[in-house]
Amino acid sequence: MAKTSLRRAQRLAGSAEKAVRAAAAPLRNFGFPYRAPTVPRGVEVPAEVTGLGAHYDTEWARRPLAAFARGVIAEGPIRLATRVLTNPEIVGHDRLSDLSRLDDPPPVIFAPTHHSHFDTGLMIRAIPTVWRRRLVVAAAADYFFDKKWKAVISALSLNAIPIDREVTGRASSDALTALIADGYSLVIYPEGGRSPDGWGQGFKGGAAYLSSKTGAPVVPVFIDGTGAIFGKGMKRPKAGRTTVLFGHAMRAGEDESTRRFNARIEAAVTTLGDEALNDFWTARQRAATGDNPPLTGPEYTGWRRDWALAERRKLGAAGKRRRERRAWPDLG
Amino acid sequence: MPRPGFVLDVDRSTPPMLFWRGENFSLEKLPADRSRVIYGPEPLAGIDDVDGAIREALLNPLDMDPLPALLTPGMKLTICFDDASLSLPKMRRPDTRQRIIEAVLELAAAAGVDDVHLIAALGLHRRMHDYELRHVLGDRIFDAFHPRGLLYQHDAEDHDNLTVIGETDEGEVVEISKRVAESDLVVYANVNQVAMDGGWKSITTGVASYRCLSYHHNPATLQNTRSLMDRHHSALHHSLWRMGEVLREHGPKIFTVETTLNTDTFPSPFDFLAKREWEWNAKDRATFLATQKSLDRIPLKMRRKIMHSIESPYRMTGVHAGFTPTVHERTLDNVYAQHLVDVEGQTDILTMGIPYICPYNPEGIMNPILVMCMGLGYLFNMYRGKPLVREGGVIIMTHPTYRDFHSVHHPSYIDFFEEVLADTTDPAVMSEKWERKYAEDEWYRHLYRTGNAYHGVHPFYAWYWGAHGQQHAGRVIIVGGDAPTVRRLGFTPASTMNDALEIASDVVGRSASITHLHVPSVLVADVK
Repeated sequence: MAKTSLRRAQRLAGSAEKAVRAAAAPLRNFGFPYRAPTVPRGVEVPAEVTGLGAHYDTEWARRPLAAFARGVIAEGPIRLATRVLTNPEIVGHDRLSDLSRLDDPPPVIFAPTHHSHFDTGLMIRAIPTVWRRRLVVAAAADYFFDKKWKAVISALSLNAIPIDREVTGRASSDALTALIADGYSLVIYPEGGRSPDGWGQGFKGGAAYLSSKTGAPVVPVFIDGTGAIFGKGMKRPKAGRTTVLFGHAMRAGEDESTRRFNARIEAAVTTLGDEALNDFWTARQRAATGDNPPLTGPEYTGWRRDWALAERRKLGAAGKRRRERRAWPDLG
Repeated sequence: MPRPGFVLDVDRSTPPMLFWRGENFSLEKLPADRSRVIYGPEPLAGIDDVDGAIREALLNPLDMDPLPALLTPGMKLTICFDDASLSLPKMRRPDTRQRIIEAVLELAAAAGVDDVHLIAALGLHRRMHDYELRHVLGDRIFDAFHPRGLLYQHDAEDHDNLTVIGETDEGEVVEISKRVAESDLVVYANVNQVAMDGGWKSITTGVASYRCLSYHHNPATLQNTRSLMDRHHSALHHSLWRMGEVLREHGPKIFTVETTLNTDTFPSPFDFLAKREWEWNAKDRATFLATQKSLDRIPLKMRRKIMHSIESPYRMTGVHAGFTPTVHERTLDNVYAQHLVDVEGQTDILTMGIPYICPYNPEGIMNPILVMCMGLGYLFNMYRGKPLVREGGVIIMTHPTYRDFHSVHHPSYIDFFEEVLADTTDPAVMSEKWERKYAEDEWYRHLYRTGNAYHGVHPFYAWYWGAHGQQHAGRVIIVGGDAPTVRRLGFTPASTMNDALEIASDVVGRSASITHLHVPSVLVADVK
């Protein structure tokens, strides 16, 4: 009797173990259709439209409720973080006064240098109020829109619009053109991404192209100091000082090609960079002779390039500790 | 489309009129059927592309080569600009001087000009504070030139750095800054707020010496100036133009840039000041009452601070560059287009509210001498043709006229009030008896050269400015002023406007005509 009961129990236990094993068996033990089909060799499967990346639809982020939430975020956390971490000095608004004082200021394209993720927060804070309310930011689709949660945060907090850095397509430019035509101003980083080594990069033609296409003027902007605060590769931010310097609004000449206009924008930002590190007059004199120090740094590589960067930062907002000397009149 | 200025005949349904009273204002009911009020034209439209217009003016000047053709490497370039006495109130940044000078510097940099000096053309005015220079020139110019000592302020007492250019046919010696005289090119950036400003006056007063100024800043000249706003009938301007001729023949090449402003003077919430009283809506009336009552209840110092913090949203209406006299004639056309109002006939009594500011107290105190200067010097002279008030008529001003002076800006004014005015109010007598003592006083000279004080002789000039009005009027009454102070000025105090009109009737009779100069916007009466 006892032997029978033991056998029954063993059978039950065996059945339970079998059931658990079956339930716990990895899916890989099951083939198609429980799993995605394998792809035959030599066949290319077209990429599935995921709704992320450059295809992410940000329209919802421009609706009133989202715009209100963004206003709260911009005036709260972004403002606070910008103030505490970057302590910005914003100069050059006077150069935009002719446009900003109009009853209905036209949309403009802001083309700043790019060294840090803080640049966008800083720009949102620094841009004159008349353009701040209707402002979109061109953001790398492959970085800010590759995950759903990143896409939602970027679109909501920065009003970011995805642009494809890897594929030259019309989708991004059409979307931005439509937004500018709708009265939105745009922040677009002509360098295409953050500086990899602290020096600037060559300008891509996006801002010039959009300006030529829409007629919106380009405002060159030089941001100094964010690279030292949270540059590419830094694990955590280090609070410091920054300068955001706005230039005069620029429009393409009648017969000016996008390439030439882009070169002119780059030259204007380079002059602003010199102005930020030296002064207006020196920058203008050097601009006239083409001697403004290039944003892309010296030609040489290696430690000398890093050394030159450190020297340059000493002159800029990161190293600014100069006190103004009072000039007493010389009475002889 | 801005409405032109006009003359309103006061009737029983006309509301009380706005009068300035220093740092506050009041509403005064003027007698019906014998009073009229002159309103200036509404602000003209400003230029939208200011930088573009300035550049256009520099590239296509009047009677001179384009500026780039005048700029060569190795040359000496001096840029002079008007001081803080213009504009009033100070204009919102960016100031037009900054825009002009930045445009000139862009061209100078492109031409490879290295030797550039910037000089604030103060004349005998006080040195500007650094923050005022920053306001006028912008941070970019200030930061580039001031630390290197290339941006500085004219010193009319620095005899080592003054030089005589020549002498006019009437024996007037033209003595100006040596740097200006020795420059290959002088660019002068003007703000022409009223018709008196600009032309040869800018250089021949702004960078001149006391000796040079004394030829035209004297009672005889100013009593024959009919008026300051009409340069063709102004003895002062005739003298300045004679000096200008000497400069043209023997001095440096001068490239003048003149800009004109509209009369959009007061930003919100003070914009009701520029409106016609019967057009005040509920918001304007509430703002007026709230502002007036609040200003009444706060300390005077705070009141001044509030009023001097006003920055005007002026818009630029024109810019011309090139040969000084040609440019100035174009400028005058622009100024008159904004300011002129046709007025039929003179009046027995002229009323005017005196504001908190005049050209000689930016950021400072409107002391009693400046009240006289503003009323009889500036506002009385706001005419072309004939004075608004007939000879022997009465001028009624409203101002608290406190015995209060800015000890840093106006040190010699204090002694002038206590010493000179106690002796005489006659410009000719004080010029003869007292002027030299004040002009050559070492302590005043030191304060002028190293601090922020007006030159020792400046209160005399402020007094002479009103010499024509003083000579012309049969009586001057100040409503609401401190009585002993008003009497020291040689005027009659009155508590209310009705009292003032009663007092005036002794001179001009009981049915005298009254004209009120509606001051918040600048205007020039073209009296036929």
